This record gives sequence, C-alpha cells and structure tokens, in this order.
Amino acid sequence: MNLKPLFEPKTMAVIGISATNDRHPANVIFAKNNHRYPVGVYAVNPKGGKLHTETIYLRVADIPKKIDLAVIATRAELVPDVMADCIKAGVKSAAVISGGFTEGGRRDLQDRIVSMAREAGFPFIGPNCLGVYVPFKVDTFFLPIERMIKPEAGGVTFVSQSGGILVDQMIKFTQQGVGMAKAISIGNKAFIKEKELLAYLTNDPATKVIAYYIEGFGENEGREFVLAANSCAKPVIIMKSGKTPAGNRAVSSHTASLAGDYASFSAAVAQHNILEALNENELVSFCEVLSSYTKPIEGNIGIITGSGGHGAMTVDACSPAGIKVPELSAETKAEIMKNLTDNIRAIASLSNPVDLTGSAVDEDFVACAKVMGASPEIDCVIVLLLPYIPGVTLDIGVKLSSVSKQFNKPFIAYVPQVEKYTMLIEGFELNGIPVSPSIEGAVLMAKALVRKQPC
Amino acid sequence: MLKKEIQAIIEKSKKWGWVLESDAQKIFSLYGFKTPKYDVATSSDRAVTIARQIGYPVVAKIVSPMIIHKSDVKGVVVGIKDDKALIQTLERFRKLDGFVGMLIAEMVKGIELIIGAKNDVQFGPMILVGMGGVGVEIYKDVSLRMAPLTARDADHMINQLVARKLLTGYRGAEPINMSVLKKTMINFSRLMMDLKDIVESVDLNPVMCTAKACTVVDSRIMLKK
Repeated sequence: MNLKPLFEPKTMAVIGISATNDRHPANVIFAKNNHRYPVGVYAVNPKGGKLHTETIYLRVADIPKKIDLAVIATRAELVPDVMADCIKAGVKSAAVISGGFTEGGRRDLQDRIVSMAREAGFPFIGPNCLGVYVPFKVDTFFLPIERMIKPEAGGVTFVSQSGGILVDQMIKFTQQGVGMAKAISIGNKAFIKEKELLAYLTNDPATKVIAYYIEGFGENEGREFVLAANSCAKPVIIMKSGKTPAGNRAVSSHTASLAGDYASFSAAVAQHNILEALNENELVSFCEVLSSYTKPIEGNIGIITGSGGHGAMTVDACSPAGIKVPELSAETKAEIMKNLTDNIRAIASLSNPVDLTGSAVDEDFVACAKVMGASPEIDCVIVLLLPYIPGVTLDIGVKLSSVSKQFNKPFIAYVPQVEKYTMLIEGFELNGIPVSPSIEGAVLMAKALVRKQPC
Repeated sequence: MLKKEIQAIIEKSKKWGWVLESDAQKIFSLYGFKTPKYDVATSSDRAVTIARQIGYPVVAKIVSPMIIHKSDVKGVVVGIKDDKALIQTLERFRKLDGFVGMLIAEMVKGIELIIGAKNDVQFGPMILVGMGGVGVEIYKDVSLRMAPLTARDADHMINQLVARKLLTGYRGAEPINMSVLKKTMINFSRLMMDLKDIVESVDLNPVMCTAKACTVVDSRIMLKK
C-alpha cells in the first residue's frame, strides 16, 4: 500500500463541498489548500453548482485530472458510495473526515468502507478524523487557517487518535520550538493504523522522531505494533490515555488483577524500546531532545550553572530519574580552573554542578563546556543559563552549540522562558541545542537520551 | 506443541471455566516444571496411604470445581503431622461445596514467589513475576513483560523487584538459584504462548525458590470464556 499520495498529493478532491456555507468543514479544507499549497484542489458535490467562481464537480470521475487524495467530508451514510466512486475513478488515497461511524453506533458503515478498501488496496485514514498536515505540502484539517497554530517544519511526526490532542500538541510544539514533519489524525483508525504509519514513517526522510497519542489498541494490535517499533531505527514515543480501569471487573486470579490493561501496556512498550511519555510535558521534552540527538547516553551529567540553587535543584531532579551527576576528577577540575577568567577563578565552585557564579562571562561557560565536552567522565551537559547574569551575551547559545558539535556530545539548556529572552533561546534552539523552560524539563530530556537504547 | 494429555485435561476442564489444582499441577509437571509429590484421595484409607508414601508432614488441599480460592474456605492445611490430623481434615473437607477429593502433597520450603500470566487483549500473553504468597496484591512487588521472554527480559524483571535483595542472600540467607528461576520463567512464558488461545490467566503462587530449585506449589489456570 502506497501512502505517499496521502501525504504529498499533487491533486486533491474535496468531497462534500457546500455551495452556500463557507464554514462547512469541506469548504474550509478547500479554501486553505487552494492556491496556498502545491496541490491542485477540486470541489465535489453531487448537487453540482459553483463555489464562488470554481466548478463543483458532480462526481470524482468528472474531474479532468487523476486524483491523489480524496478528502471525504460528506454525511456518514454517503461515505460508502463516495468511496466506491473514488476507487472506481482510480483515486490513490483518502482521508475520511466524516464522523458517525463506530463512535456513533454505525459499525456497519465502518465495516463496509474497510472491506471495500481492503479489497481494492485503497489506503484511507479515519473516519472521524482531521486527516493530515504536512508543512508546505498539504493540510486537510477543517480548522480555519487563521486559527491554526503551525510549528516550524522539523523532525517530529505526531500520530494521534484524537484530533483535539493533536492540534493542542501543535500549539505546545510551537511554544517550545519543536519542529514537525507531519501531523496525522487517525480518528477511528479503521484501516490505516499505528502500525502501517510506523512502517511508512520509518522510511520517511523528513521524520526523525515518531510520536503517538494512543487511547488503546485493537485485539493483538498492541503486540504487532511494539514488535515492529522494536526494530524501528527511529525513536518512538507514546503518550497513553485511559490509564485507570473503567470499573472493578471481577478478576479471579492475582495476575489478572495485577496485570491490568495499563500495567500491561506500559510494560510491553518499555520492553520494546518505546519511550512512554507520562504527560504532555514529557512528550514535548522527549520530542525536542530526540529531534536533536539520536545517540544514547549512559547518563553521566555535567551541570554548568550561574547559580548554586539552580545546580542543587537539577541534582535533586536527576536522582529520581536515574541519572548520575558524578564528582569530577582532580585533573578535570584543574583543567576547568586553568581556563576560567581571573575573576571567576577565585569564586567558582568546581564540584559537579560547576557553579560559575553570577559574575561569569560567556568565556567561562565556553571554557567549562569544552573541558566537559572533552572529558570521558561526562556524556551529556546540562547548562543552566540565566539571561539576567550581566556577563552573559546573546551569543551564548551559538557559542555553546559549536562546543557541543565539536565534541559530538549532547548539550541541553534550561533558560527561563519569557518573550524578552527569545533571541537568546533561539540562539540555542536554532543551532541544535534543545532548551527547556523548566529544570525538570531539562532533566527529562537527559532521561530520554538514557532510556533510548541504541538503534 | 501441546501434549495430548494436556489437551485432554483442558478439554475436560472447560465445563468449569478453570482447571482444578490437581489437574493444573499435572500440566505443569508434564511441561517440565518441578512440582511437589502429590496425589488425590477420597477415602481415609487412601489418604493415609498417600501421606505415608510422601512422608509426614504433608499439606492437604480441597479439590472442588466450586472453590477457586481455597484459603477463603480454610481449604488448605499445612504441616499435617499424623494420620489422625489427616483424617480429621478429610472429614471437614467432605462438607465443603463441591468436594471431589483431597490433594495431599509434600511440604516444600523456600522463598515464596508468584509467576503468573494474563492473556491481554492488546498484547497477548503477559508474564508476571513477583513476591508471592497471600500478600501479593497488597505489596504489588511485581514486574511484567510480554511473552515469550528472553533471558534478558527475565533478568530485567527480577532486577526490577523491590525485594530482589531477598533473593540474592539477604543478611546471611542462602541465595536462591537465579538460573533455575529464569529458566522457569522462560519455560512458563513459552507454555503461555502455546496456550494463548485457551487460557485467560494463570497464577503459580507460590513458587518456592531455594538454592537448588523452584517448585510450583500451587497453581490456578483460568480458561477463556
């Protein structure tokens, strides 16, 4: 099954266009793609007529071009006939936006489109979904263009069972400077499911990190998915909801009682090299750090700070996450000391965390980072960067990023996040160092690198 | 592949929805697990003969398709030292719901572990290991993995237990035989893969572990409905 027409269509039919209502989902989708994305868009409705100046085709087959992607936004009862038309007309894929299938008690309708698609080898996403958003390629979300928050293009592809969570996550990615490769809403996931997307995304050059929001898998589909993810060469992250059991079902064995649905889920994903994000904070942190670094670490963190309190807070967060903050050897300390500026040499504290104090200047941060970069005692550096320290300049991000690259060692920064500091933060982020707005977030990023096994 | 005898036992148990302990023990023994010497009696004479053959002290357990949780009806008596106590126990068991016999088994000592399996809808057979006994659902010191287990999985599971130090020779105690424990877990996970279409969940509780062996002292197999 070829999913490329779904994500990179050259031609697209939007089926269910209204000739009178511009806020109809189909009309929103038509409007936002037409002349904005490199895709030819065609309006379809069996009633025909005109959408402003554009022709509304009666059927897909009437469109003069071969269609890569059909976006189906008609009433659920009409979808089976529409899909049959699409298959007959040689359309290559579909996103079924319409709701009113299993979630509305119409399993029969869903079963019909699935068996039709299976027989024809016709890939479709949904139903009851937003479809796909691919930067610079296509956007089938029925959200008016002026209301969408779109992250920068980047390495994360997020696949979500819930359209709402997906859109919210795009806002959070934007806030945190996490770039996205694709946003995929799978809704009822009747035909294309997590596993099929994993196979496609594994070979998608734009995708570096594959993240999922999952409510639950179908029968035995969890097993198939984790086995496939285990051999995926890209990091896979899952955020799960529905962790608490719906009620006290009578269970007659201890094991059935202890190995509840969520306990089994959590154990099975961890066993197969998948990172479970326990909440949105973890999800964003994991996605951000894994789009920057793929090499796993042992978890020996070097901390560079301008404030003793921040250093102590970071150490406290490391221990429960299973991350070590090793004492530096005498040689390493001496090497750092040698390279500090005169003012700082007298007042810095050189045990790990290295506290350069509020009198430090960029050169002190860089000098310390270089020694930690070169030292085998440390495999990841967390920099606690306080932009209000007078000696720190706006260039600190790019300077530290070149140290990180020189020694091929992951650096993670904590910078308090307010608009005033944006340029300093971007100095890190746009040069490849992930930045967290909280100390805990920075430690979560390090944890993601420790937990990820070699691929 | 399942042995014919195992298939026959499961076929016969379907009407109850679970496998009687005496039959479950038979299955595990056929699949190569170490089980205590045991036999089932319905008469006093037979009970005494079995107990003497095994050698006192012995354990007596109720066998009844109506009783899944034996301890709840005082259906397990440990440390029976003589014929008189044995016969008294048998007389009491006779009055319990659905009595079909009394299982008499040798006493086994060791650290009590639980090894279990649950057939998960999303992930298929999941294997559990943890500190066993009646307190298992209170302490919840257990670790889970998807079957079949690799040696590495078994290692990780044991290391994840809070009480793992109790297994490795805590305060002068003799450590349990880890390689036997891991083999038992792995072997169990393979059996659960073989039984995945039939079995809902399984408890081996307790499995008594010592420096020499891991013995499945009690087992419960719940079948799919």
